[in-house]
Amino acid sequence: MLYEHLLSFMIFTPVVGMLIVALLPSSQKNWVRWSSLLFTFLPLCLSGILFLNFDQALADMQFVEKTSWIPTFNIHYAVGVDGLSITLILLTTLLSFLCVIASWGIEAGLKGYFSMFLLLEAGMLGIFCAFDFFLFYIFWELMLLPMYFLIGIWGGPRKEYAAIKFFLYTLFGSVLMLVVMLAFYFYSDPHTFDLIELSKAGILKFNALDIFGISLSAEQFAKLLFIFLFIGFAIKVPIFPFHTWLPLAHVEAPTPISVILAGILLKMGAYGLLRISYPILPHETYWFSDALAVLGLVNIIYGALCAMAQITLPEAKGGNDLKKLIAYSSISHMGYVLLGMSVFTVEGIHGAVFQMFNHGTTTAMLFLLVGVIYDRVHHRKIDGFGGLGNVVPIYTAFVSLAFFASLGLPGLSSFISEILVFLGSFKVYPSLTIVATLGIILNAAFFLWALQKIFLGPLNPTYKSLKDISARELLTLAPLAILVIVLGVYPMPALDLMKSSLDHLLTLFQAL
Amino acid sequence: MNILMNLTLYSPELILILTLGFSFTIHLILKNRVITLSLVVFGLLAAALDILVLYAYPGQLYFSSQLSHDVFGLFFKLLFLISCLLTLIFSYDSHEIHPDRFGEFTLLLLAVTIGLSTLVAASHLLTLYLSLELVSITSYVLAGYRREHLLSNEAAFKYLLYGAFASGTLLYGLSLLYGTTGNLSFYSIHASLNSAYIDPFNLYAILFMIFVGFAFKMSAVPFHMWAPDVYQGSPTPVAAFFTVAPKIAGFAIFIRFFYLIFSNETVVPGQWEPLPYLNWASVLALLSAATMTLGNLSALFQKNAKRMLAYSSIAHAGYMMMGLVVLNQTGLSAILFYALVYVCMNLGAFFVVSVLSNHFQSEEISLFKGLGWHSPFLALCMTFFLFSLTGLPPLGGFIGKVYLFWALVSKELYWLLWVGILNTVISLYYYAYIVKEMFLERPSSKMSLQVPYVQQAILGMLAFALIVFGLYWEPFYIWIQSSLTFTIFQ
Repeated sequence: MLYEHLLSFMIFTPVVGMLIVALLPSSQKNWVRWSSLLFTFLPLCLSGILFLNFDQALADMQFVEKTSWIPTFNIHYAVGVDGLSITLILLTTLLSFLCVIASWGIEAGLKGYFSMFLLLEAGMLGIFCAFDFFLFYIFWELMLLPMYFLIGIWGGPRKEYAAIKFFLYTLFGSVLMLVVMLAFYFYSDPHTFDLIELSKAGILKFNALDIFGISLSAEQFAKLLFIFLFIGFAIKVPIFPFHTWLPLAHVEAPTPISVILAGILLKMGAYGLLRISYPILPHETYWFSDALAVLGLVNIIYGALCAMAQITLPEAKGGNDLKKLIAYSSISHMGYVLLGMSVFTVEGIHGAVFQMFNHGTTTAMLFLLVGVIYDRVHHRKIDGFGGLGNVVPIYTAFVSLAFFASLGLPGLSSFISEILVFLGSFKVYPSLTIVATLGIILNAAFFLWALQKIFLGPLNPTYKSLKDISARELLTLAPLAILVIVLGVYPMPALDLMKSSLDHLLTLFQAL
Repeated sequence: MNILMNLTLYSPELILILTLGFSFTIHLILKNRVITLSLVVFGLLAAALDILVLYAYPGQLYFSSQLSHDVFGLFFKLLFLISCLLTLIFSYDSHEIHPDRFGEFTLLLLAVTIGLSTLVAASHLLTLYLSLELVSITSYVLAGYRREHLLSNEAAFKYLLYGAFASGTLLYGLSLLYGTTGNLSFYSIHASLNSAYIDPFNLYAILFMIFVGFAFKMSAVPFHMWAPDVYQGSPTPVAAFFTVAPKIAGFAIFIRFFYLIFSNETVVPGQWEPLPYLNWASVLALLSAATMTLGNLSALFQKNAKRMLAYSSIAHAGYMMMGLVVLNQTGLSAILFYALVYVCMNLGAFFVVSVLSNHFQSEEISLFKGLGWHSPFLALCMTFFLFSLTGLPPLGGFIGKVYLFWALVSKELYWLLWVGILNTVISLYYYAYIVKEMFLERPSSKMSLQVPYVQQAILGMLAFALIVFGLYWEPFYIWIQSSLTFTIFQ
């Protein structure tokens, strides 16, 4: 029973938790907190069982549950995991659990907050498990609503604007995805939403047609669909020029939600590309790969330069914000993922997927750390500190670790994934890769500069009695720090998990 | 066919007529609103039960081919009965409906419902026109029901002027059609249109004039101008009814009229093509795009919740028209499914406005501020209705839109699909604006809204229905597919 329906249990435990939390009396704040913790801990345990029973040698979906849902439209409730999704599922359950701990201090509208949070977790897990396009889409949208409320109600000063911008951008992307979904269904024979069926050769046959009097050949129509799908996912990644919602949403969201946004939601775009666009439209993906590599490069450099501007620009010009710096560095780091995905080499794609995981752990740490200092001093100005190193040594150590992990210091996990990406892309785009390595230098520059401004130099006397990190905060940071170090030294457990599935994915492109 | 059979097939309307007369007489004698309401509710339920019984009878024409009995008509009659019932329950507590005049109100509302039920079964030009007039004239009175209120008077007068113009044009079109074909029954007209060559110019003139009449009921651009003012001026529960029932009836009669008369079924079952020389589908596609775009863009700037929902209902008419354009079974079942979902979500949204309006005596959107903090249940229901209107999963509105979009894909009408999609994104902005006011803003003062339990239960049921339509709509869709049988095709 448990093993047969492991994934369903994992996805729907938070939904049960949401209902329970919603029914608890609002005066019992600790009950609400502890039951939320319980209902994020259970999926964490279930994903642990999943991890232990996962067969690394298999490239196909495992733990598959497939039952007919809407027979007249051939929609199935179909969930499963493979090497591509398992790392992200582990990341999701872990970060959700840690974020509940990080949300302990929230007082206003506690019940609503945790209900929404649990619904969000269910949506995220659903996305990574679903392999029926319709189900995938439902979960994709389901996650949008709680996110809107979480940013909009519990966010910072410009929360309304940030929430609606996030909502509109993502909805625009997802309606494009809806068109592609319906087109896939219509042009497949037999009609199906099953992503695995759709990826089989010969299922999808497009027609030539006229749109607005422009005649499109079948190939051009497939490319158009690819671009629609790409925009849908690009908004989530986010890929330049669809990134403008990101800094705003990340900065305005409360700390735990920034962690979820950066740690998991950004991965969904890249995951969607690998799960849907790559296997179903391989020719179009291959045709688009040059553009994808260039976009990856733009993301790396542009994101890094924007992050740098946070240090050089004064507050009046929208700079000087530590959280924004981290948000922009996320854009830069997602660029590595795109670059790795665009080259169809073993190293590149492994690097990309591993980078998704590593970015999840390091950015989560970074946002949690910003939250720690913000809770104490209620501002995030980079030049508003100075000399904190002696006052809060443990905090300083964690920040240094997170910064170094982010900039890709050897021995820490991001180094492995970035080097894999560069190894992979150098074979295909040597000159582009050389330019991309500039990104590493820029990353090092702004992270070290920020480190120096906050922790070194003369002590800002206002903060001479600042409290160091508390036990609860330590609890949220330590597991991530351990992961960053362990996977930096010995990354094979993670790489082995994804190997079979990614190799299988690459076979689609070897003939092209 | 004997008279008894005719009466049996017309029995739901007969029950309503009896209810109308009886409840009004009782109201005049006893002046007790509770008794009147119970009587009417009882009558409506009996009529609904009767319709379920009538499902057992085979499709046929009755009353000398004036009316047709088929599952298509029964489906819509059920929708009208539900809308009427819910509207009555919400009117009971509405501050806009004076308690002394509640009897007249139920009389008028029942009369509209009878007209609508007859309209969707009409298969003869005369019945069509007469039932349409019954609906229109009683609607004018309902719109002006708050006679002490300036806006309500304006609404009634505007409705009357536009309505008179529309039905006049329709009548002229119908007479031309009769003059051209020499027949009044839909089926005979169709046969003679196919058998002889008719000047296309003449046909287009007929088409245009008849379209004016129907588009007025559907509130399709460019015959939508009356809608926002009329909906805003009418009492809120009446506005809820107006945006749902007559509009859906407009679609039903449009389908019956245009698919029976102006189209031929192709060799592929479930697909139609327009008559030769008469490509009305392309014209309709343009109007559909215009209707939804105009409705949504106008809704963006509204400060009054009723007015905003009025424009949004115009936009939804545009969405439903997408299903008419494709001329196949997929499109028709998409319209019917959307109609079913639309009844739940639009009535729900209007009823929440009505509850607020009872409390504040006004319908400004700013009244929603902080609603989620002091009346969480009401706000939660409203959120469901609004997000379903936007078309977000896992709510019924999403599935409705998926079917409409799917119909367009099946006909490869991608330009219209593109317009529909952009409109969906635009509409999110104003629907989410209310959600923002409800949850993201804190209430300005401490207060609590007392909502009667019956109304809470109805709102909860409507919201729940939307979740059911969004997660397990299979049985409803099968029901709708089987409801697509007009008499002639059996």
